[in-house]
Amino acid sequence: MTNAAVHMEGQLHAHAHDAVGSGAAHAKGQQHPIKLYLVVWGWLFVLSTCSFLVDYFGLHGYLRWSLILLFMVLKAGLIVAVFMHMAWERLALAYAILAPPIAVLVFVTIMVLESEYTHFLRVLFFASPS
Amino acid sequence: MAETVLTNSGQSPARLEGWRGIAADWASDQRAFKNVSWGKAMMWIFLLSDTFIFSCFLLSYMTARMSTTVPWPNTSEVFALTIGDTHIPMILIAIMTFILISSSGTMAMAVNFGYRRDRVRTAALMLVTAAFGATFVGMQAFEWTKLITEGVRPWGNPWGAPQFGASFFMITGFHGTHVTIGVIFLIAIARKVLRGDFDVARRGFFTSRKGYYEIVEIMGLYWHFVDLVWVFIFALFYLW
Repeated sequence: MTNAAVHMEGQLHAHAHDAVGSGAAHAKGQQHPIKLYLVVWGWLFVLSTCSFLVDYFGLHGYLRWSLILLFMVLKAGLIVAVFMHMAWERLALAYAILAPPIAVLVFVTIMVLESEYTHFLRVLFFASPS
Repeated sequence: MAETVLTNSGQSPARLEGWRGIAADWASDQRAFKNVSWGKAMMWIFLLSDTFIFSCFLLSYMTARMSTTVPWPNTSEVFALTIGDTHIPMILIAIMTFILISSSGTMAMAVNFGYRRDRVRTAALMLVTAAFGATFVGMQAFEWTKLITEGVRPWGNPWGAPQFGASFFMITGFHGTHVTIGVIFLIAIARKVLRGDFDVARRGFFTSRKGYYEIVEIMGLYWHFVDLVWVFIFALFYLW
């Protein structure tokens, strides 16, 4: 598994390099070998199966959550980088699109604190804790 | 303003490495996105705004789930199906996930054949993508029907926290709407590709520039985004 991953990464690098070096990738639009898409497709299937198995085997607690997040991030990364060709775009576009969602993480932090406070008040005044 | 010529079809200016490149592209009175057409840049910016919309849905779901004192329904059981005699948890959602990933794969290859000006294969792959998308929406309709007959409503359900229904219908409904719109657009663009509108620069939407198949890639960006959103919904709503 690690071997294949390394191999794929090597491929990605080789491509990014080509695009930078010659500029030819942009001359005719995004042109990459079909094989690359099939490899990524395969990996997305494997990762989806993995996250399905997390549920199937009924893993719980931090192990479950960290595995779910790991597979989610890997899948999202593959889709954005290869299928949406972000790996071959100029950094000026990539950062303009990929940086703003960081604000969402800030929002997540705020809402986690807020909902913990709400939960605390509900337990304190209204309900028996779950 | 002399440099407003589209450069994506020709030579793109040399680029510097890392932050120097970003600063050079964004600085002074010039186009920030050097080698990207306005169509593609605007699709990316639209997708960014859509990211925030879906983020807000998922965030409100998170807030509701974290702050409720009533136990959240066990999604593994809610979305289980009994096929034959075997009871499999989450199976419908898993199949939907694989279908959507496959549609993303065919779309990526359609973009590739589009740039090679292989009209028939591009259109065929886009139609396969649309078929996968339609299947996905069909299965979602089945899922909604099943849950509604079991008594799930936006204001309550038989298994636990009443916010479950509201989150479920809002998030999957909005995503399903995106898939449906994508299917319609895919069919429309595939028809133009098959007819050769892009080769003869036929009058109409998106086709006026001869031999310009970038719209297939822009369409692809939208479709991959729909798949991307599903990755997050699958992980955060169904599996969590």
